[in-house]
Amino acid sequence: MSDQELSRRSSKYTPRKAPEGERLATSAMIASLDSEGRDTIAAPFGHALVDMAKDRDDIVGLTADLSKYTDLHVFAKAYPDRFYQMGMAEAVMVSAAAGLAREGFTPFATTYAVFASRRAYDFIIMAIAEENLPVKIVCALPGLTTGYGPSHQATEDLAIMRGMPNLTIIDPCDAVEIDQATRAIADHPGPVYMRLLRGQVPNVLGEYGYQFKMGKAQMLRDGRDVLFVSSGFMTMRVLDAAKQLQADGVDCGVLHVPTIKPLDVETIVAEASKSGRLVVTAENHSVTGGLGEAVAATLMRAGVHVPFRQIGLPDAFLDAGALPTLHDQYGISVDAVTASVKSWL
Amino acid sequence: MNTATPKGGSNVSLARRAWAIRRNALRMGEVQGQGYIGQALGVADVLAVSYFHALNYRAAEPEWEGRDRFLLSIGHYAIALYAAMIEAGILPEDEIGTYGMDDSRMPMSGMAAYTPGMEITGGSLGHGLGIAVGMALGLKRKKNPAFVYNMLSDGELGEGSTWEAVMSAVQWKLDNLIAIVDFNDQQADGKTTAALANVPEAGRWSAFGWFAQEVDGNDMDAVVAAFDAARAHKGDQPRVIICNTKMCKGIPFLEDREITHFVRVEPEEWARALNILDEGKPQ
Ligand SMILES: Cc1ncc(C[n+]2csc(CCOP(=O)(O)OP(=O)(O)O)c2C)c(N)n1
Ligand SMILES: [Mg+2]
Repeated sequence: MSDQELSRRSSKYTPRKAPEGERLATSAMIASLDSEGRDTIAAPFGHALVDMAKDRDDIVGLTADLSKYTDLHVFAKAYPDRFYQMGMAEAVMVSAAAGLAREGFTPFATTYAVFASRRAYDFIIMAIAEENLPVKIVCALPGLTTGYGPSHQATEDLAIMRGMPNLTIIDPCDAVEIDQATRAIADHPGPVYMRLLRGQVPNVLGEYGYQFKMGKAQMLRDGRDVLFVSSGFMTMRVLDAAKQLQADGVDCGVLHVPTIKPLDVETIVAEASKSGRLVVTAENHSVTGGLGEAVAATLMRAGVHVPFRQIGLPDAFLDAGALPTLHDQYGISVDAVTASVKSWL
Repeated sequence: MNTATPKGGSNVSLARRAWAIRRNALRMGEVQGQGYIGQALGVADVLAVSYFHALNYRAAEPEWEGRDRFLLSIGHYAIALYAAMIEAGILPEDEIGTYGMDDSRMPMSGMAAYTPGMEITGGSLGHGLGIAVGMALGLKRKKNPAFVYNMLSDGELGEGSTWEAVMSAVQWKLDNLIAIVDFNDQQADGKTTAALANVPEAGRWSAFGWFAQEVDGNDMDAVVAAFDAARAHKGDQPRVIICNTKMCKGIPFLEDREITHFVRVEPEEWARALNILDEGKPQ
C-alpha cells in the first residue's frame, strides 16, 4: 500500500456546504409525534402495563437505561420492586429477561429499537426465541422517529426481526392500539417485539371504534381506487392522505396491519384481490425487508397480480435533521404520500 | 487558579480555552434551545487539555496522517467537541448558529460523515474503544507514533463491548491508546453509580491491566498532569484517565439545578448563563 492509500480514511466524509437561510432544528430524541395538533394520550404503554400488573404478579419490567424514554418509568414508579434497571447493557438485559421467563415471569424489556434489533439480536434469538420464552421486547424510536441520524434511526429493525423464527412483531399505530396491544402481548405465550411510540402519543383509532387483535389486519376505511396496506404511524399518515385524496376524487381504502409477523395473509390476499385497486404499502421502515416486501411476497405466492407500489424509507443511511423535514424528504409525510399516490394514478 | 500552560508556546491559558469551549457550547445550546449542555460544561476542562495541551493535530488539515486520533464514542457529546474544535480552528466559528439545524455540518449526534475532525460516528454507545483498539493496532503496523484517544462516558462502561475492548487493548499491549472516561455520575435514567458502575473505577481498569489514573476532571492542573503521565508512562499497557467531572460546571445556577441527562434550560437562561461566563472571563 502506498502512504497515500494508508492515510486515506475509508470513511465517507464528504464536505457539506455550510447551510444558508432558514432551517428547522432537530427535535429532541424524545420526539413523540405529538406536534400534529391531535388529541393525545400520555404514556399508553406504561399505564397499560401498570394496570395489568395489578392482577398479574408475573409481570416484571427491565430496561437498559431508558425507562424514562420508553415510558417504563411509569411502571417503575408504581412497582419499584418489580422493576430492574439493568444499566446501559442491552445484551444482559435481554438475557436476564430470558432467565426471568424461565423462572415463570413475564418480562417486559425496553430500549430503543436500534439497540434491541442490532446489538442484542443474538441474545434475543438464542436465549429467548429459540426457547419460545414469553419475553416482550418493547422499543421506542422505531423507523424514522428521531433526527439523530443512523445511530438512532431503526430503519431496518423489522427486516432484522422478521428473520427470527417464533417471534411475533407488532407495529402499532397510536395510543389506543398501544394500550390494547400491550395487554394482548402480555397474554401471548411466546416472544414479542413491539415498536413503541412514547410520551404524548396521538389518539387516532379511537374514532374508528378499533380493537386490536393479535395477528389480524383490519380495514379502517374502504375505497375503490387505492388500497393502502399500512402499519405503525404510517396508518395515521395514510388515513390523512386518504382524506386529502378524497377531495381530489380518489377513493382510498386503508388496511391496517399492526402484526407484521405472523402476517394476516388471508385478509391481505382477500382485500388485494378486490379488483381495480392500486395496492400501496406504507411503512415507517426501509423498503427492504419490511411490511411492503412481506405483502408483495404474500401476493405473489397467492397468485394475486395487481398494480403494486411501496411507500417506505430508502435503503440508505438517512440524514440527521428535523423530523418534519426528513419525513417530507423521504416521502412518508402526509403530503408526500398524497403526491406519490397521485403520480401513480 | 490554574497554572497549567498550553504547549506550543501559546500564551492563551488553558483556563481561557476551557472558558471559550463553554461559551461556544452555550451559544450552540441557545440555537437549539436545548442540548447536552450539562455534559459540555462538565467536560470542557478535559477537552481544553486534550486540544490545547495534549493532542497533535493541524487545524487546517484534519486528516493529517501524523495527527493523534481523538475518537468521540458519545455522539451526544458532539456539542462539546464542536465547541472545542471551533476554538481550535478546525471548525469555523460562524457556523455555531447552525448547530443541530437541517443541513448543518454539526448535527446533534456526532458523525464522521458530517464534520471535519470528527473521527468516528458515535451515538451507538460502546463502539469507540473497540475502534480505538483497531486504530492503535493500525498505527503500530504503520510505525506511526501517534496516539489514539477515545473519550467515552461512564454510561458506556455498562456495555459489554467496552470491556471486550478493555481486555483486547491489554492483550495487544496498546501503549499508544489513551482512554478518557468522563465520569459525571449521570446516565439517561439517573446516576451511573446507581446502575452498573459503583466500584472504584480506576481499580477496575488496573485490575484488567491498564495504567489507570483517576482525577478531578475540573481541576486543570490535575488533568494536565494525568495526560502527561499517560503519555510518558513506560509500561507497554494501554492508559486510562478517569475524569470525575461535574455536570454544568462553571454556571452555578445550572450546577444547582436538578441534574439529569438532559438538563432543561429555559429560553431566557441561555443569555443569563453567557453573562455569568463573560463576567468570569479568565486571562
Ligand atoms: C448502545 C446504546 N444504548 C442506549 C443508548 C441511549 N442513550 C443515549 S445517552 C445514554 C446515557 C449514556 O450514559 P452517559 O453517556 O454517561 O450519559 P450522560 O453522562 O450524558 O448523561 C443512553 C442510555 C445509546 N445511545 N446507545
Ligand atoms: Mg455520564
